[in-house]
Amino acid sequence: MSIKGKAYIAGIYEHPTRHAPDKSIAQLHAEVAKGALEDAGLTHKDVDGYFCAGDAQGGLWPMVDYLGLKPRHVDSTETGGCSYIIHLGHAAQAIAAGKCSIALVTLAGKPRTGVMPPRLQGAEADFETAYGATTHNAYGMCAMRHMHDYGTTSEQLAWIKVAASHHAQYNPHAMLKDVVTVEDVLNSPMISDPLHRMDCCVVSDGGGAMIVTTPEIAKSLKKPLVRLIGHGEAMKGPRGGKDLDLTYSAGVWSGPRAFEEAGVTPQDMKYASIYDSFTITVLMQLEDLGFCKKGDGGKFVSDGNLISGVGKLPFNTDGGGLCSNHPVNRGGMTKILEAVRQLRGEAHPKVQVPNCDLAIAHGTGGLLGVRHAASTAILERV
Amino acid sequence: MTEAKKYPTPVGNPESQPFWDAAKDGKFMIKRCTTCGEAHFFPRAICPFCFSDKTEWEQSSGEGEIYTYSHMRKSATGPYVIAYVTLKEGPSVQTNIVDCDPGSLKIGQKVKLVWKPTDGAPLPFFTPA
Repeated sequence: MSIKGKAYIAGIYEHPTRHAPDKSIAQLHAEVAKGALEDAGLTHKDVDGYFCAGDAQGGLWPMVDYLGLKPRHVDSTETGGCSYIIHLGHAAQAIAAGKCSIALVTLAGKPRTGVMPPRLQGAEADFETAYGATTHNAYGMCAMRHMHDYGTTSEQLAWIKVAASHHAQYNPHAMLKDVVTVEDVLNSPMISDPLHRMDCCVVSDGGGAMIVTTPEIAKSLKKPLVRLIGHGEAMKGPRGGKDLDLTYSAGVWSGPRAFEEAGVTPQDMKYASIYDSFTITVLMQLEDLGFCKKGDGGKFVSDGNLISGVGKLPFNTDGGGLCSNHPVNRGGMTKILEAVRQLRGEAHPKVQVPNCDLAIAHGTGGLLGVRHAASTAILERV
Repeated sequence: MTEAKKYPTPVGNPESQPFWDAAKDGKFMIKRCTTCGEAHFFPRAICPFCFSDKTEWEQSSGEGEIYTYSHMRKSATGPYVIAYVTLKEGPSVQTNIVDCDPGSLKIGQKVKLVWKPTDGAPLPFFTPA
């Protein structure tokens, strides 16, 4: 049993807002849901599956009621920023099993102008809370060790931001549209060693949504056909502190599972959406997914290799989290949305990959240097 | 030297209470599984490696080396250095490197245990040896 080709992404919508003082969190969820349904050519009465994560105010009961849905399948898997990539796989499973036929997945929130839900803690709380792990320093610790073990440099990390900025200049909604240089990144203030301000993603209000459906329904609609052909999910943590290695992520497990199911390799990918909470996140994921050998990520990202039309692997052509947006501090949804745009041929002409028929959307959630999840989706234009 | 940082008081629970009781006596306890022989931290009743319930408390030497660290340049409570320290006994633990010059720290550097007070049991930290 495989989900290969069992589910299609028939509708997508990314909220244009990056700053939403005049909207509620639930309202943003409704707006992105409406946008994705309209994109697909469906209505909210058609929805029979609903997926949301920790950003959905109050969770499933309030959201389903607020949106006026009548789902026969629901899933509130919460794995931080990659929740929505996991939802895509779970939606495909549910669709393949006949548990629903039109699944709606929403993400939305207001970290700039509203309240963020607290990060939930587990059995580790007393043994870790006092030490102040945040996204910046947890990813900083990964970068420090990666530099130590593999000689990765700040210049190499900076190339990831440079590539993102080259793409963001064409995105009218991007928060940061200026093209930056390696020197600009290195000269930006140090936030948590070795990560500079420009190694970090933006903080933005907003959201996104997608409609996942059966092959039959997708073919009855008017959009170009994009289907899921491989999916993987995995988790990693210190696990009692044995053989700690912060230079790799759970992507080393989610990636191969997805590629195996899809029957393709990283080298077959025409476009890559890679979660870019920080530059180091991208570098480690590229290695973990097999785009290059572990430790070679620095060389791989250098010299514009991630810039569309310039390098071998066009990535995050919307400007990604580093330049465009990072709704609710969760980048998984927007990674799927830009991959679908590329596969549909709907990316900005300046960054559209010619004949883009295979793409990857990959993300992590949680703290890479502490405990996190990873999820990988391989998407194909039919 | 600025005013001493205020750290949260450990809440404790039936599983972890022996750790906090020992902390009050200045002893840093880890757990070791007598079935597979592996030590782990933070302490669990059931071994995360072999799932045996034969885990025993063991006092750590409090000696270790920096696996990795990051100097957080700004926060509501001021700058600090977060780190993982690999204990001589094996497990790596999340901590802060305190009472140090953050600019001089190195991965692999030897560090030793220090305690910092809270309103309850003290908390373990590390400082250059």
